[in-house]
Amino acid sequence: MRVALFITCLGDTLFPATGRAVVELLERLGHEVDFPEEQTCCGQMHANTGYQLEALPLVRRFVRAFGHADAVVSPSASCVGMVRDQYARLAALDGDPGLEREVGELSPRVLELSELLVDRLGVEDVGASFPHAVTYHPTCHSARLLGVGDRPRRLLGAVRGLELLDLPDSAECCGFGGTFAIKNADTSMAMLSDKLRSVLDTRAEVCVAADNSCLMHIGGALRRQRSGVRTMHLAEVLAATE
Amino acid sequence: MTNQGFPAAARRDLADSQLRRNIANATSTIRAKRAKVVAELPDWQQLRDAGAAIKARALATLPEQLERLERSVTDAGGNVHWARDGAEANAIVAEIARDRGRRELIKVKSLATDEIGMNEALEAHGIHAIETDLAELIVQLSDDRPSHILVPAIHRNRAEIRALFERTIAEGRTLSEEPEALAEEARRYLRDRFLSVPLAVSGANFGVAETGTVCVVESEGNGRFCITLPETLVTVMGIEKVLPEWRDLEVMLQLLPRSSTGERMNPYTSPWTGVREGDGPREFHLILLDAGRTDVLADEVGRQALRCIRCSACLNVCPVYSRTGGHAYESVYPGPIGAILTPQLQGLDQAPTLPWASSLCGACYEVCPVKIDIPQVLVHLRGRAVREGAAGGAGERRLFGLLARVFNSRRLYEGAQRAARLGRGPLMRLPFGPLSGWTEMRDLPEPPAQSFRDWWRARP
Repeated sequence: MRVALFITCLGDTLFPATGRAVVELLERLGHEVDFPEEQTCCGQMHANTGYQLEALPLVRRFVRAFGHADAVVSPSASCVGMVRDQYARLAALDGDPGLEREVGELSPRVLELSELLVDRLGVEDVGASFPHAVTYHPTCHSARLLGVGDRPRRLLGAVRGLELLDLPDSAECCGFGGTFAIKNADTSMAMLSDKLRSVLDTRAEVCVAADNSCLMHIGGALRRQRSGVRTMHLAEVLAATE
Repeated sequence: MTNQGFPAAARRDLADSQLRRNIANATSTIRAKRAKVVAELPDWQQLRDAGAAIKARALATLPEQLERLERSVTDAGGNVHWARDGAEANAIVAEIARDRGRRELIKVKSLATDEIGMNEALEAHGIHAIETDLAELIVQLSDDRPSHILVPAIHRNRAEIRALFERTIAEGRTLSEEPEALAEEARRYLRDRFLSVPLAVSGANFGVAETGTVCVVESEGNGRFCITLPETLVTVMGIEKVLPEWRDLEVMLQLLPRSSTGERMNPYTSPWTGVREGDGPREFHLILLDAGRTDVLADEVGRQALRCIRCSACLNVCPVYSRTGGHAYESVYPGPIGAILTPQLQGLDQAPTLPWASSLCGACYEVCPVKIDIPQVLVHLRGRAVREGAAGGAGERRLFGLLARVFNSRRLYEGAQRAARLGRGPLMRLPFGPLSGWTEMRDLPEPPAQSFRDWWRARP
């Protein structure tokens, strides 16, 4: 099938390897990837920081860029959550029934990577090989907002050579929370300290998640500590081959 | 005490290692108990739906339900008073005490009376309120503030409580640190008061419009002493506590204990209906308290906060609360529910940092027995705070305005990406950029040589 890639502003600018991995993975599985170049940012940072009116033009922009796609995939559970959970409310806040209708039609077609693979493409073994010790952090928006459940773990479980280590207290937030990490830096760091302890306790060499934003936060601290543990997006593990 | 706002207050309390350990232990224990007893019920999600629907109906028909409640309480021999705000409610209580010549009263644990500062207000009239809930007593004796809705002294451990009791109610006697011994000391002190003070004040978990029944739910039995032994009982009930029908209690009394203490059934559930000859107080007063609730009801998104049944499950699962504890919220209602309730009850300008005291992880919504979408309300209140000028400084507004313009133009966005690779431009001013506090604990990601879209365009 033909899938439009919603790369997210963060992924486009700072984590292009994740986007390349999504393209390689989907093409390897025999699908066609489209990249609408008018896309920029979904507006989550604005909306969640209180600048909802400023986010509205970005909602309209997203609808223009992706409105025609049969399926949209993104390597960010958080940004998919923004579209599916908040776009309709933002359109209502603006009092624009046309936008509400468009958003209502588009939102269910916007999928996080593991949802696309498992639900729409019906695949759990993507033919990847990654002979490393990995722990998986279920990010809050993937687990609670989207409810992806064990899809990512099932995908990881089918990867050749991959040793999946259970993360203690895995459901606890890592403390990123967008601008929360800056506005409440001390609380964010207290939460991050506990997440790092859990990750290091697993003795994994790689911490994997479905959101580069949370991984930027966890990985930034793991690097700062010279912990020797690296972070990788789920897509990059699934794209890896022998 | 002046408020310093959540970030600064949290910074202070996060540094208290004793508090961190006490709170982490207590919240993880209650969290595990709750998870176990909730998992036992196959119809838990339907119960949550029912709980949300009952409260939503009560709120949608609030004027009608309150008038029904007034009629049925009056028919059962009680007196109903209406208080627009805390000052009016406190004045009614003070007048009842003064008319009966009382200088002391005993209290059932009540958040509503904490919210309106009743103890302090009564003290100004020369009336001393004695807290009889064990944890509230601990807080009162140490001149402290509650830090949890259900377990107000959650931030204290045994050793601290022993030292406090030795200094106060044990009048210098040496006590053991065993919980039984500490509870016995409190029991000895409180029983004297139960038997000698003829005026009591309570809050209410529920007030049933159909029957005029008021219900208090507690674990110690101290509340039951207060509502049965005195001659006069005064109940202060927030108007959102009304339930339309008696049968609604069936749902609520399943949801509340499992969510709050992790018990299948609550130990002391005390419903009473007006007054009865030869049984309980001879006189009953119900004060219906608004104190901002009508304003909350006017906010279509925010009003769901009024469904809250004060179970505190959201506190115990919150990754923020379980690290900072309750004092950092500088509010009678701490934790996630406090972060949406306090700014609405008191006004956003009074608690402008609270809607941001959350990473929006959603753990609170997942456990809420009446399905309050707390993250949704938090985001909504952030928007209101920015639009109404209660939050977001001029610099932040300019930055978010600029970033919105950049993100809304492909040309500006791609230009900003190129500039960022050179360490310049608007993207460098992102909240997670090098100019923020981000690097205090974290390295920044290595900037890639090529953006994704550059790679895409260069693909053969």
